[in-house]
Amino acid sequence: MMSDTTNVMLVGVGGQGTILASRVLAQLPLDAGLDVKMSEVHGMAQRGGSVTTHVRFGQRVAAPTISPGQAHFVLAFECMEAARHAHYLREDGVIVANTRRIPSLPILIGRETYPDDIESRLAARGADAHWLDASGVAADLGNVRAENTVLLGAFSTFLAFPEDAWTQALRTVIPAKHIELNLAAFAAGRRLTQR
Amino acid sequence: MKTLMSGNEAVARGAWEAGVRFASAYPGTPSTEILENMATYREVRSQWSVNEKTALEAALGASLGGVRTLCAMKHVGLNVAADPLFSSSYTGVNAGLVIVTADDPGCHSSQNEQDNRYYAQAAKLPLIEPSDSQEALDFTRMAFELSEEYDTPVLLRVTTRIAHGKSPVTTSERTEATAPAYERTMTKHVLVPAVARPRHAAVEERLARLQAYAESSPMNRIEWGSTRLGVISGGVAYQYAREVLGGSASYLKLGMSFPFPAALARSFISQVEQVVIIEELEPFLEQTVRALGMGDEHPIVGKSLIPRIGELDSRTVALSLAPALADADGRPAGVAGAPPDSGAFGTAGELDSLLAPGREAEQVVGRPPMFCAGCPHRGVFYELGKLPVMVSGDIGCYALGATPPFSAIDTCIDMGASITAGLGFQTALDILRPDKPARTIAVIGDSTFFHSGMTGLLDAAYNGVGVITIILDNRITAMTGHQENPGSGFTLSGTPAREAQLEALVRALGIELVQTVDPFGLAQVREAIAVAMGSPCPSVIIARGPCALLKRLAVRRPACQVDQDTCRKCKACLRVACPALYVEGENVQIDAETCAGCGVCSQVCRFGAIKQAGAAEGGEE
Repeated sequence: MMSDTTNVMLVGVGGQGTILASRVLAQLPLDAGLDVKMSEVHGMAQRGGSVTTHVRFGQRVAAPTISPGQAHFVLAFECMEAARHAHYLREDGVIVANTRRIPSLPILIGRETYPDDIESRLAARGADAHWLDASGVAADLGNVRAENTVLLGAFSTFLAFPEDAWTQALRTVIPAKHIELNLAAFAAGRRLTQR
Repeated sequence: MKTLMSGNEAVARGAWEAGVRFASAYPGTPSTEILENMATYREVRSQWSVNEKTALEAALGASLGGVRTLCAMKHVGLNVAADPLFSSSYTGVNAGLVIVTADDPGCHSSQNEQDNRYYAQAAKLPLIEPSDSQEALDFTRMAFELSEEYDTPVLLRVTTRIAHGKSPVTTSERTEATAPAYERTMTKHVLVPAVARPRHAAVEERLARLQAYAESSPMNRIEWGSTRLGVISGGVAYQYAREVLGGSASYLKLGMSFPFPAALARSFISQVEQVVIIEELEPFLEQTVRALGMGDEHPIVGKSLIPRIGELDSRTVALSLAPALADADGRPAGVAGAPPDSGAFGTAGELDSLLAPGREAEQVVGRPPMFCAGCPHRGVFYELGKLPVMVSGDIGCYALGATPPFSAIDTCIDMGASITAGLGFQTALDILRPDKPARTIAVIGDSTFFHSGMTGLLDAAYNGVGVITIILDNRITAMTGHQENPGSGFTLSGTPAREAQLEALVRALGIELVQTVDPFGLAQVREAIAVAMGSPCPSVIIARGPCALLKRLAVRRPACQVDQDTCRKCKACLRVACPALYVEGENVQIDAETCAGCGVCSQVCRFGAIKQAGAAEGGEE
């Protein structure tokens, strides 16, 4: 018998707002009266390194982290990070990924090149991947830093929570002075995947 | 109404609810947010101490003085505070004293993964281990009661996943604690030998009473599921066990694991067929269970299956347990034996799905942390990387100077070790190569210098060892996320503070050659190092430039640009490893959004091809 827990992993690069997005996501099940656990790691990760957060929700959640092969969803804020965490997905898992490419240190100092084949490699793995230009959409809205909320909007259509529950969670977590931009970013992201 | 809280927030909340009035800490991941949250409660006087030893001594003093006190630190910080820790066990408390150790299994941001549960055993203090945020809050409150009832400091241990993991919490209101009267009690608080000897006896007697408490403490409980398998666990490891096995096992869940509730454990073990002890890092519980002879009658497994290295997760626990749980037909025994709907979780756990063959990870280029754009450390390490010297490093963002392309640090040991280890290395050089003078340079941040570098510098000055110390003064404790320190001009609560003067301080310690440089000026840095190397005496260079992320001080200058016509495509500028510089085809480009205009790259370019927008000349020569 399987548990009803939903496992979402958010992966990106320090400074992309993955933790704020995770807080919004974790607020939804809390508001719905479900159990939720969210795990993040601070420290060295913030200096331009990979950042991952784990959000798990359901009737009763035990472990704070998601093991490889356990994630229902990987929400990737950056192209290479999508590939780095693809093995966390279950067989039937879904990956929603930003096409933005942020070169890492070995690439910046010329020792490596940014891989060109990420999308095809994920396809070859059989991953159900949905690629979108969240950064571009955010830039069109006037602030590329809203890419996290665009991505969250795009991801929102994959979960059963109604749209007004999302906007409520956004209002709870995001400071008032940024809320209008983020609501617009969320709506724009949602339009990208609405079926 | 439940709120989502991290373990650190919950510890602070629990302490506040318990009526705490003083809190002290030195920042260190994963403990930092405890005091940051504490500082939001106006009833509590919260302070960043200079190091963990001063924090704990202040905390003990406040407890003796009559106010409930919380003291927090990361696991290695407790090494620094070990001296007062052991003494506090003998003095006991007056008002409640809870000491939080935040351990870091997996070394997410630490130099080791020591298991601080042993400190409780060694210092003979009760040990409390919450396994989620609600427990972090509740157990912290209970810890203060326990502290006062048993006249003992209480050690509360969280690990990274508890400290930084968020889960729903129900809060309560604050209960003001009555301040116990203070009385001068030489027989308890003055630890001279004549007092210490009888105090040791008192501590042993206290331990016996604490053990009796542990047997029936609400922090220790049995959760019955299938009795084919009995799990003994605590902290975050309990959550992984629960995830994997669900109701297909029974659990002895220990929230207070020292002193060990031996009778409770014996009773639990006698009622299950097989026992597995699931704990992260060391076999702390397992050794106790075995020492009590419980493994003699019953099959007990622990570290023979569960790794003692690194952080656990559900899959690791599942894979480790699988061999012991397999039936003759290969079915995992725990699951096969489970009633269909048993235990609080109502499921048999995730064992089967976690055992599914893992899928290979994609091999992609790594993404290690790096100096931020505009970081004041970059230029210093660029220069140090070119010198034939031993560089003794320390704990902070600047430890990144050890990684390529700088590769400019030889050692990184513990807080403050740069100067003293450098002193020792310099001494070894002096002994082995008296005819071929070679130099050692210590690099240390401002906060780390205040923490425990000052004493080492005094050691160098006093013994006349010619180690060169560069204090990377970026005006803040940056690594842990911008905490104030004695040099930053503000306290934890944000009120202006008297600013420690580094130049005057190092002179007072006996350093005669003191140079202050702007770390964004490479020529200045080079010259100062050359002057220091020219003197056989210990000397100090203060490289003062604010952290690029420190909004109140960092200056964002116009972005730099590469003049592609002047550029010879040599890519020497990439050796400063700046996130703003990237290669596009044959050209190096600078991302104007990311560039902070610090100008370090322009000084590295020998052809003057990198210029600041609006500046007349690049190049420094």
